[in-house]
Amino acid sequence: MKRSIPLLITFLVGVALIVAMFIPHWPFDVLNQNFSVFYDIIAVFAFILGGGNLLKVHIRKVQRKGGDWKYSLVTIIGFFLVLGAGLLKIGVPGGWSGDYQATGSLFKYLYDSAFQPLQATMFSLLAFFVASASYRAFRAKTREATILLVAAFIILLRPTPLGYYLTFWLPEPLQFLHVPNLSTWILSVPNMAGQRAIMIGIALGIVSTSLRLILGIERSYLGSEGKG
Amino acid sequence: MAEANTGSTWFERLGALDRRVIFLLIALAVIIPLVVHYTTTIPASRIVLDLYEAVENLPSGSKVLISFDYGPSTAPENQPMATAFTRHCLEKGHKIYLIALWATGPRQSQQLIDEVIKVEFPDKVYGEDYIHLGYKAGNQGLINALLSDFNSMYTSDLAGEDIEGFPMMEGIGTLKDFDIILAIGSGFPGTKEWVQFAGDPGDIPVGGGTTAVMAPLLYPYYPKQMLGFLGGLQGAAEYEAALMNGYPKYRTMTRRASTTMGPQVTAHLVIVGFILIGNLTYLMERRKKRKY
Repeated sequence: MKRSIPLLITFLVGVALIVAMFIPHWPFDVLNQNFSVFYDIIAVFAFILGGGNLLKVHIRKVQRKGGDWKYSLVTIIGFFLVLGAGLLKIGVPGGWSGDYQATGSLFKYLYDSAFQPLQATMFSLLAFFVASASYRAFRAKTREATILLVAAFIILLRPTPLGYYLTFWLPEPLQFLHVPNLSTWILSVPNMAGQRAIMIGIALGIVSTSLRLILGIERSYLGSEGKG
Repeated sequence: MAEANTGSTWFERLGALDRRVIFLLIALAVIIPLVVHYTTTIPASRIVLDLYEAVENLPSGSKVLISFDYGPSTAPENQPMATAFTRHCLEKGHKIYLIALWATGPRQSQQLIDEVIKVEFPDKVYGEDYIHLGYKAGNQGLINALLSDFNSMYTSDLAGEDIEGFPMMEGIGTLKDFDIILAIGSGFPGTKEWVQFAGDPGDIPVGGGTTAVMAPLLYPYYPKQMLGFLGGLQGAAEYEAALMNGYPKYRTMTRRASTTMGPQVTAHLVIVGFILIGNLTYLMERRKKRKY
């Protein structure tokens, strides 16, 4: 029963959604709409599950004093601080009836003063690592690497004045070699061809995995109960 | 470092350049243009102009859905896009509906309301010209649900007010009632999901903007499934340039993307320089190895 009922639900929902896609009329259109709403409700519960899991992992790490446990402590304190600030509406003008994100609230203060600059800082660090990596790894060691290098070089030059002045003087018949034109071509022809190939491959993979799930061939999502 | 440099040739020393030197040069390449206010104006490319013209050609009063599917980490790239779209839509007299597929999105849209709409368009009325609907969980499932019934998913605005009380919500039943969707994103779910789950099945015009890293992934959708899109900060700067040409008052106003393009341009040049040096030292080393 533990396996049969989830497999039956998966089969019925999967088939119903496929039918709803090709027959967008009653009762399948209503079915599709309701399934979307169910999905959204389940997605909300995923937050509780995610939060619970995060706490479980980090509390265990602190208890065992595992590697870098102090960072886990910061995570737990941060989690409860932001959750408390939002749920209890600390500092919100107008009290319980006010917006938890209103100016003056602790939640807004934490978001603007800690979360925003920290996230921006983490992302900004990429610039340094990209520069360092491009210096050490972007080398014309093989023919393929050289093609990649030249393409990256042109794309990087595109927004710069150097990219414009290097090639703007080219005569009309050779204007396709002008860096901005060349970079547009790279993005809209070879890049698009590659992206399309990847997308078609992914789509075929999704179709085959979905069929395996619907037909009950793929059972790993059932956990250990799905074995056998 | 000192040991490695002993007795080595100049290109070997250059090849083993301490990465702290690279970090320092990148930091300077970003800081100096910011200090000296180095800005650069980039003419709008076809892909950006197509989107600009689509927004421009909509009749005044059109309903524009703007989705904020990003957070503070990519705000320097995405927020100028939101600003440019909002300025353009409100100049044209369109009605804008702000929503988010990301939990961090509403703070970005609130920032837009506080810093752009309330400051530059004080005559625009909340609930009549713009509305902040906030975030809902569900990713692409939410888009799918909105496509069949918008009002059952969004029953109130961000502040908890019933949406039926807002005049601009009249006539909104599904996503198909919007004239255009402008999806600003930096990952999943984002612009791509708006094309796949709203634009294609609902036959709704979709445009938007993504971070530069994500932009190449959207090219397969242009021009048939997407009107156009802004690729990174450069795309935002191009849209600002188009807006400046159409509405000259923006020549003297803050153009965040054009301002921050200065540091990006110099950083790109520094990276190009490093790639050149890296390859030069590599070729010299290879030549030396072949010689001996």
